[in-house]
Amino acid sequence: MTSVALDKAEKMLHELNTELQTEELTGAEILLKALEAEGVKVIFGYPGGSVLPIYDALYKNKNITHILTRHEQGAVHAADGYARSTGRPGVCVATSGPGATNLVTGIANAYMDSIPLVAITGQVSLAALGRDSFQEADITGITTPITKYNYLVKDVRDLARVVHEAFHLATTGRPGPVLIDIPKDVTTMKTAFSYPPKLDLPGYRLKNVVNATQVGKAAQAMLEAKKPVIFVGGGVVTSGAAGEVRALVNKLGFPVTYSLMGKGVFPDDHQLCLGMAGMHGTVSANYALWEADLIVGLGVRFDDRVTGDLNTFAKNATVIHIDIDPAELSKNVYAHVPIAGDVKQVLKELLKVLKAKDTKPDISPWIEKIAGWKKEFPLRYEKSDKVIKPQYVIEQIYEVTKGDAYICTEVGQHQMWTAQYYPLTEPRRFISSGGLGTMGFGLPAAMGVQIAHPDKVVFNIAGDGSIQMNSQEFATIAQNKLPLIVAILNNHYLGMVRQWQELFFGERYSHTDMSGQPDFVKLADAYGLVGLRITRPEDVRPALEEAIASPKAYVLDFQVDCEENVFPMVPAGAPINNILGR
Amino acid sequence: MKHTLTVLVENKPGVLTRIAGLFARRGYNIESLAVGRTENPAFSRMTIVVEGDDRVIEQVTKQLYKLIEVIKLTDITNDEYVGREMILIKVNADPAIRGEIMQIVEIFRARIVDIGRNSLIIEATGDEGKIDAIESALRPFGIKEVVRTGKIAMARGAKSRNGRETL
Repeated sequence: MTSVALDKAEKMLHELNTELQTEELTGAEILLKALEAEGVKVIFGYPGGSVLPIYDALYKNKNITHILTRHEQGAVHAADGYARSTGRPGVCVATSGPGATNLVTGIANAYMDSIPLVAITGQVSLAALGRDSFQEADITGITTPITKYNYLVKDVRDLARVVHEAFHLATTGRPGPVLIDIPKDVTTMKTAFSYPPKLDLPGYRLKNVVNATQVGKAAQAMLEAKKPVIFVGGGVVTSGAAGEVRALVNKLGFPVTYSLMGKGVFPDDHQLCLGMAGMHGTVSANYALWEADLIVGLGVRFDDRVTGDLNTFAKNATVIHIDIDPAELSKNVYAHVPIAGDVKQVLKELLKVLKAKDTKPDISPWIEKIAGWKKEFPLRYEKSDKVIKPQYVIEQIYEVTKGDAYICTEVGQHQMWTAQYYPLTEPRRFISSGGLGTMGFGLPAAMGVQIAHPDKVVFNIAGDGSIQMNSQEFATIAQNKLPLIVAILNNHYLGMVRQWQELFFGERYSHTDMSGQPDFVKLADAYGLVGLRITRPEDVRPALEEAIASPKAYVLDFQVDCEENVFPMVPAGAPINNILGR
Repeated sequence: MKHTLTVLVENKPGVLTRIAGLFARRGYNIESLAVGRTENPAFSRMTIVVEGDDRVIEQVTKQLYKLIEVIKLTDITNDEYVGREMILIKVNADPAIRGEIMQIVEIFRARIVDIGRNSLIIEATGDEGKIDAIESALRPFGIKEVVRTGKIAMARGAKSRNGRETL
């Protein structure tokens, strides 16, 4: 072809493209097309005035499943649970004003635990903005400190780009929630649609280069260590670096402890696993961190629930801190060897350096010492054949599921007992609100997990306080026939708060008595779920077996020992070798 | 110690809120903040004076960098730079003492920008020390009102702080 003919052909192609692009779609249609293009299969939401055009577009859409929750908080936690269990971003939708503000707790929850989430909120029409209109709330203003980023889309021509950017921001770097606020008339205005649009984020740069000097320093410190501990957190889950952590342990023989968010990264049954660290961590984990001469923090933020008193934490240790967020390095604990980067990528480099060296540190006296602690101070509770011990229920759930289940929790004593007594061998199986500590998270999160994994056994282990915070979601479970199992460890108290009142407030049980709680069996029945009350230890196992065998959702009301405490315990703000109930 | 940060940001609504909110939320002490658009209207430059030790400044820097709209940030405290503030002072000035005030204005190379029956508005620019000095020199006459800008600053020399070749 001559160049003239080529030019002509190119021109024709261009015109054809332009023609294709001039097929105009409404904002609502663009939103759904963009979600599809981002690979979204399921969204969780609740309709309302400002999102009516979006819901109208959903009515015609065949590719996206919408799960109607019974409260917007349920929608955002469900999206969060979906994201935690799959690694893919969760999506939720709510209307303007109260719909949007009902998302706030869930967004903050996802932000604290770095969970990729895209929250879409309706907003009053452009002309009504800023006039205190009906159901108007400044949700971008409200969520600025609890989102990675947020948008108020004032022009339908920006919408596709904004959605693309939102998913990019939510899922890359340190993940987090991104909110898109869309005025009602922007969802009805029309414009041409093409995807993916160009990202316009000049200030958002992802770090892909690992600092080799720092990696060399880290390797050196590791080879010289006498009393090392590896401390893993949620960042390892996000990064998908569980395999690299195991390789590191295979190479060096270092013991491993984890934060609540890091549970599952390293197998609990591994002989070098010390279990969870921190306030309700094992004695061996806390003693090891206390005495360590080297702490290798991987994807952790040295939260106060782990460090206790910062002035005494890791005083004799060299700290290697690897995290994707440079702002985490030396934020709480000074890092002698800070390495900013994706944990998996950094560990790969580190393993290369270590493999090239033939030496292996001799830490056998340290390992012996740790083995001594593990033997002397195992997790333990007083067993009983008269009253159901809450820890026993968790152990039985483990026995019955053989570890192959998704375990969600609410927040409180039951959450800590689950972390202690449900051993795991892989990440993304323990779904729990870490940073924010959100009661009411577990039930809707479990819905999101069950929808992502329809053939898996999904538990929500709850307390009688937490379950009442989002129990309206029983209706969502019923409507969608989700076979999940709710195990309520019912002690008729806000157990964790009561424990603190017992230990630190002279047994003055101020407003922690949950008298007036509903009959959970009848409540389950009212929603069309199966409810069982279990009062004797010997009935625990059969009830669990029945629930797992059934395709129906079960609410198991375990009447447990009312004043059982979670031990061991490091009092808040105390040095971590100050352990109650060893 | 006071640090002077020059921060290049996207010129978008909400950026100032995000930055101010970050300082408030994390408990950093903002001494002053001045903002205006740059040679490219798509970007603004902020000059932020913040009080804190090295550890605090390191955290401030990292947290600012995390904001999506922040493109480039430089701590120019220990560099050679020109730093300027501006002040408007409304001072009591009976006709009888105007001459004395005008002498002070002259000394500070300031300007009189408005004359009322019994007052003057004086405009001065300079570094913080000079601005403080003119304010205290005028205080005996009776200051009615003061308006001060935050500091704006620019590194000396040919190098630009745009963080990219072409803006």
